[in-house]
Amino acid sequence: MNKTFKITVLEGLHARPATLLVTTVSAFESEVSIIYKGKSANLKSIMGVMSLAVSPGSIVEIAAEGSDASDLLDKVTEVIISQGIGEEC
Amino acid sequence: MLEISGIAVSDGIAVANAYCLLEPDLSFTKRKITDIDAEKNRLKEAVMQANIELEEICASANKKFGAEKAAIFSAHILLLADPELLATMEAKINDGWNAEFAVQETANTYIELFEAMDNDYIQERAADIRDVSTRLLAHLLGVAIPDYSRIAQDVIIVAEDLTPSITAQLDTTYVKGFITDRGGKTSHSAILARTMEIPAIVGAQTATKDIAQGAPLIIDSTTNKVIINATQDVLDVYLEKQQALFEEKQLLKQYRLCESISADGHRIEIAGNIGKPEDVDFILANGGDGIGLFRTEFLYIDRHELPSEEEQFLAYKTVLAKMQGKPTVVRTLDIGGDKNLPYLNLAREMNPFLGFRAVRLCLDKQDIFRTQLRALLRASIYGNLKIMFPMIATLDEFREAKAILLEEKQQLVEKGFAVAETIEIGMMVEIPSAAIIADLFAQEADFLSIGTNDLIQYTLAADRMNERVTYLYQPYHPAILRLVKTIIEAAHQHGKWVGMCGEMAGDKIAIPILLALGLDEFSMSASSILTTRAQIASLSKVELTKHLEQLFTFTTAFEVEQYVKNYMLKTI
Repeated sequence: MNKTFKITVLEGLHARPATLLVTTVSAFESEVSIIYKGKSANLKSIMGVMSLAVSPGSIVEIAAEGSDASDLLDKVTEVIISQGIGEEC
Repeated sequence: MLEISGIAVSDGIAVANAYCLLEPDLSFTKRKITDIDAEKNRLKEAVMQANIELEEICASANKKFGAEKAAIFSAHILLLADPELLATMEAKINDGWNAEFAVQETANTYIELFEAMDNDYIQERAADIRDVSTRLLAHLLGVAIPDYSRIAQDVIIVAEDLTPSITAQLDTTYVKGFITDRGGKTSHSAILARTMEIPAIVGAQTATKDIAQGAPLIIDSTTNKVIINATQDVLDVYLEKQQALFEEKQLLKQYRLCESISADGHRIEIAGNIGKPEDVDFILANGGDGIGLFRTEFLYIDRHELPSEEEQFLAYKTVLAKMQGKPTVVRTLDIGGDKNLPYLNLAREMNPFLGFRAVRLCLDKQDIFRTQLRALLRASIYGNLKIMFPMIATLDEFREAKAILLEEKQQLVEKGFAVAETIEIGMMVEIPSAAIIADLFAQEADFLSIGTNDLIQYTLAADRMNERVTYLYQPYHPAILRLVKTIIEAAHQHGKWVGMCGEMAGDKIAIPILLALGLDEFSMSASSILTTRAQIASLSKVELTKHLEQLFTFTTAFEVEQYVKNYMLKTI
C-alpha cells in the first residue's frame, strides 16, 4: 500500500519535518518505508530519512505494509498536509 | 612560568585556575566476544543510561536557556531511539564483536555517509551522531563525560574552540575568561566574551597543549598574553592591576546615569549593540541611551528550522519592554553568505560577502522576511521600535523592503492587531553605493545607520576574514572619513538622524572626528558605553569642528591618527 507526495517545506525533509514524520509513524505496527530517487529508507528511522537528503520540491513515495497500514497512511497524509510539509500527488 | 600569546578580543585582566574542556579518554580494544546476549544487554543498558542522562540535560538546558538551545539534546534523544542505528549495532554484536566496537563502527559508517553529502545541514548532523556515540561509549566504558553545567567555582575556560553547544551549558557567573587555540576577532567565542564583558584570548594556537587542568592562569588583554603557572609575585602584581582596572570601572560608573553630552553642551545618543535579548541587561547596566543595533540572527542560527512568528514576537517584545521606551533599532535578518543557515540549503558561494545575503535574501525568500516583520510589528507596541534593513545597495531594494513592511502592517491592522502608529524605518549604510547617494536615500528613509565594519571592507576591497589584508582595514582612511561625512551631511540636509553601529563608533580616535561631523547616535558594545560618555564629556564640539578642514587635507590614515592624537583628544 503506498502513496506519493510532493515535498514543499522550505528546508526539505530533515529536522522538524523529518522528526514529525518519524514520531508519527513510530506509533504504528506496520513497516513503513520512504522511497526517493530509487533509494528506500525506514520511515521509523530518523537517520534513514535524513540520509535520503530529500530536497524541497521533490517527489517521494511512502509505502506501508502490515495490519494498520491504511490507518498509518491516512495519518501520515494528514500530518504532511496539516503541517505544511508537502502535498498529495 | 610560561607565557603564550594570542589575540585579545575583549578588555581586562583575569586571574583564575584553568578549566580545560577535554575530550574524555574513550579508547578501548576491539575484541571478539562469546556471550552475544550479554553483550547486547550491555549495549541496551548503555542506551538506557544515555537516554536518562540526555533527558536530564535537556530538561536543565530548557530551564536555563530555553527550548531553542535544548532542541539539540532532543535531537540526540531521537537518534538514540533510532531503530536503524540500534539494529546496525546489534548486527555487529551478532558478528561476535564487543559493544564498544559495534558502537564506534556504526557511528563511523553514518558519519562518513553524512559528511559525504552535499548538504550543510546533514553534514552538521554528523556531529550529533558523534556526540551520541561518544555518550554511549562513555557509558559502556564507565567513563564520565564532563558536564560543563556543573562548574561551580571561578575558572578560565581553555578549549580548542568554543562551540555554541558548549557555551549553552556554561554557567557564565563562574567563567572569568576564555583562552582558545583557534578563532579570530569575530569568532563565536570572541563575540561571547565581549558580550559577557570578560577578558578572552583567542587564536592562542598551543593553549590546550601548554595549559594543564587547574593550572593558575592570568589573562592580560592589554599585552595579548596568557601567563601560565605564574609565581606568587607575578600573581600579586596582576591582582593589583585587576583591582586598579576595577576601580577605574567604578569611577566610570558615575557616568552611568549621566546624559551623553559634550563639554559645550551638544547632546548625542550613546547606544549599545546586542545579539540576544539577554544582552539588554549589559546595555542597561552600563547606562546605554538606547539600542542602536539589535542583530536578529541569533533567532535563526544554531537550530534546525526557521523560528516561528510567535517565538520572534516574544524575543522582540522582551527587548522592547526591558528598554522602557528608549529607542531600539532592530536590524532585519542579515544572513547568507558567510553566516549560513544549513536548513535553508543555500548554495556555497565564491564571494559570500558579495553574494546572496541579508536584504537580498529576504526580498527573494519573502516568507522569511514577512514572518520577521509581522513579529516586529506586533511587538512594536511594547516600546520605541525602529526597524532598519541591512545591505541596501539600491533605492529599489529599500523601496521594496519598505513596501513589504507597510503591507504587513496594513494587514495586521485589518486583522485587529495593535501596532504602534509611528515606527521609524531606516537602513544600514554599509555599501559604498549607498554611501555615495546617501542624499537620495535620506529623502525616503527615516534614519541612516552607518555600518563601518562592512563599509570599510567594501570600500577598501579587503576581506575582513583574511589575515593577510588586515592592514587594509583602515577606519581613518581618508576615503572612509569622506564617506562618513557625506552620509551625515546628506541625512541632516533632509532632517534625518544618523547613527553608527560599527566598531568605529566606540573608537577613541574616531569619536572626536564623528562628534565634530555631527553624528547623532553612537552605538557600540556595552563595555565601551561609559568610556565613550566620559570622553564625550571632555570634548568640545565647537573646538573640534575647527580642526575638520585640516583633518580632511591628510592623505593617509596614519596622518589622520597622529593629528587626532595630537590635537583632538583634549579640547578642554
